[in-house]
Amino acid sequence: MNSIQIAWKNIRQNTATSLLGILLTAFGTGILCVLLLTSHQIEEQLDNNSRGIDLVVGAKGSPIQLILSSIYHMDNPTGNISLTEAQKLAANPMVKLAVPLSLGDNYKGHRIIGTDSTFLQLYGLELAEGEIWKSDFEATIGADVARKNHLKIGDKIYGAHGLSSEGHTHDEHAYTITGIFKPAHHIADRLILTNLASVWRMHGDHEDEDHHEHGDEEHEHNDHSHDVPGVEEHEHHHGEDHDHDDATNHPSPTTDPQLVKSIMGDVGSGEREITSMLIQYRNPAAIGMFPRLVNQNTSMQAASPAIESARLFSLLGIGIDSLQVLAYVIMLMAALSVFISLYNALKSRKYDLAIMRTLGASQGKLFGIVIAEGILLTFVGAIAGIGIGHLAIYLIGTSTGGTTTLLEALVLLPQEGWLVFIGVAIGFVAAVIPAIKAYKTSISRTLSGN
Amino acid sequence: MQDNKQTVIRLNGITYRYPQGESLQFDDLEVTSGQHTLILGDSGSGKTTLLHILSGLLKPETGTVQIDGQRIYDLPSRKLDEFRGQRIGLIFQEAHLVKSLTVKENLQIAQGFAGAKVDFDRIREVLTLLNLEHKAESYPGKLSRGQMQRAAIARAVINRPAILVADEPTASLDDRNTESVLSLLLTQAEQQGATLVVATHDKRVKTRIPHAYQVSR
Repeated sequence: MNSIQIAWKNIRQNTATSLLGILLTAFGTGILCVLLLTSHQIEEQLDNNSRGIDLVVGAKGSPIQLILSSIYHMDNPTGNISLTEAQKLAANPMVKLAVPLSLGDNYKGHRIIGTDSTFLQLYGLELAEGEIWKSDFEATIGADVARKNHLKIGDKIYGAHGLSSEGHTHDEHAYTITGIFKPAHHIADRLILTNLASVWRMHGDHEDEDHHEHGDEEHEHNDHSHDVPGVEEHEHHHGEDHDHDDATNHPSPTTDPQLVKSIMGDVGSGEREITSMLIQYRNPAAIGMFPRLVNQNTSMQAASPAIESARLFSLLGIGIDSLQVLAYVIMLMAALSVFISLYNALKSRKYDLAIMRTLGASQGKLFGIVIAEGILLTFVGAIAGIGIGHLAIYLIGTSTGGTTTLLEALVLLPQEGWLVFIGVAIGFVAAVIPAIKAYKTSISRTLSGN
Repeated sequence: MQDNKQTVIRLNGITYRYPQGESLQFDDLEVTSGQHTLILGDSGSGKTTLLHILSGLLKPETGTVQIDGQRIYDLPSRKLDEFRGQRIGLIFQEAHLVKSLTVKENLQIAQGFAGAKVDFDRIREVLTLLNLEHKAESYPGKLSRGQMQRAAIARAVINRPAILVADEPTASLDDRNTESVLSLLLTQAEQQGATLVVATHDKRVKTRIPHAYQVSR
C-alpha cells in the first residue's frame, strides 16, 4: 500500500470531518468555477457576437441597451429609427456594410429578426440545408433554434410579441421555414431571420385587430406617462418594453403619432421604421468621425460595441470580483477545516503513527501520509467543485433558454486545471503543520503512553 | 561465551538518560539464536526503555546495541527504520492495529514499510497459522480481543524477524489467556525462526521462559 492508499483509508475512516473539508472545498471551487466559466463564456460571446460590427445606430437612449438589444439580443430596443434616415447613413462613403434590423417578435424565446442578406454577410452565415427566405413570411433559422425546437424545412411557426414567449401570438401569419444555417457558434445560431417586410406586415396587418382584441392591455399602457395614442399602440404592438424615457427621441413619435402608426401599419405606405442598423466601416478613419456625424447631425444615436461591451464587462466585473472574494473566503474556511480535521485526527491516530514507525515507516513516510491526506481531501473537493460548477452552469443555461442562452456547461477550460491546483495547494498548506507533528512523533514516548 | 554468528542480541555498556535527567544503566546482555529471554523487573524499573533501546526506537546515551550482527545505531535513520521493519517484530500489551486498515492491509503495510514486496501468499500463510484467514478483510473494530492480539502477532512475524519483542503481552490477562498468548508467541517464534524477548513483571511467564535478564534501578 502506498501513502495515497493509506491516506485515503484514513479519510474514509473519519467520514464526518473529512466530508466537511471536502464540501467546503467543493463549494469554494464550485463558485470559482462558475465565475470562471461565466466570465470566460460571456467575454467570448461578447467578442464573437460583435466581431465585424463597428457601430450600432439606433434610437437615442442607453447605448448599452442599444448594443444589448441589437447585437446580443438580450434587452429591449431603445425605440425605432426612420428607415429613410438609416438609408442615408448607409449610403455614406465611410460605410462598407449596413445591416438593417427590425425586431419585435419571438418564437419560444428566439428573436425573429427582420433584415436583409447583408446580415448573412456580416455574420458569415452558411446554409446547412434549404435556402434563404425569398418572400414575406419565410424564415431561415439558426442551428440552435432548429435543434432545440426540432424544426425542419417546411415547418410553420407563429411569432409572439416581444421578447417573452408568453406574449400574444400572431396566429394570423405563420412563418414558413425555408432554410437552416450551419452552426456559427455565436448569437446567430439562436435567431430566426426573415425579411423586413414580414416584420412590418406582421404588425401592420395585425394592427386593427389588436385595437379590439387587446383593449385591456391598452388600458394598462395608458397608465404610463404617455398620452399620445400612437406611441401606446406602437409599444403594444411590438410587444417590447421600450425605454419610455426615450420615447421623445424616436423620429418624432410624440409630435407625429400618425407617423408611428404608418410605420407599424401598412407596408408600402408612409415612412417605414427599423429598430437599428449594424455598421461596418470601410476604413479605420471612420472610427472617430462617423459616430460624431450620427450623434450630432441626426436624431439617432451611435453606439460602439467595443466601448459598450468593455463597459458592460467592467460592470459585470464588480459582481464577479465580489463573488470571487466570497469563494476565496470559503476556500480559506476549507483550508481551516482540513487543518483542524487533520490536527485533531493526529491525537486519535498517534498510536497508528507510532506503530507504523515500528513497522519500518520513516519519519518522511509519515509526513507524506499526512500531506497526502490533506491533498486528497481538497483534491476530491476541487474535482467535486468543478462538477458542481458545471452543473450550475448547465442549470443556468437551461433556465435561460431562447436567444439569451449564453452559457455552455460542456466546456472545459484549461484554467479549471488551476482551480484543482489551488485546491491541492490549499490541502498541502493545511496539512503541513499536522504533517510536521507526525514527522516528529516520538515512537518510544507514544508507545510508553507518555 | 557464545559464538558471534549465533548471537542475535548483544548489549554493551548501555546507559540512558531520561529528558527529566534521571539516568539508567543496564547490564550487558547477550542472547543467542533461539534463546528466548525474559526481561524482568518491577513497574517503572526501565524494562520498556530497554526494550525500546534494543528495538532501535530509543537511542541510548552510551553503549552499543547489536541485533543479528548489526550495530543498529550506526545505521542512518532511514536504514534503521528499514532494519527494524525487517529484523525486529514488536508486540505490545494492546494490539495497536491501524484502525483504518483491514487485518490483511495491516500485514501489507508491515511488508511495505520494511522495504519488501507485498507477498500475498506469505500473508495468507501467516493468517492461516494464526487462524485468522477468515478475518483477513475485517477491520480491527470488528475483531475480538483475542483476534486482535493474534493479528498483532501476525503483523510482527510477517517479515520473518530475527527477534520478536513483546512488551507486557500478558498484563491484565487471566491465567487461561496468559497461557494461550505465551503458547502462541513461543509457537510463532519457533515456526518463524525468531528469538523471543518478553519484557514483563508477570511471574506467571517465568515458568515458560527460563532465561531471564533482570532490570533494576
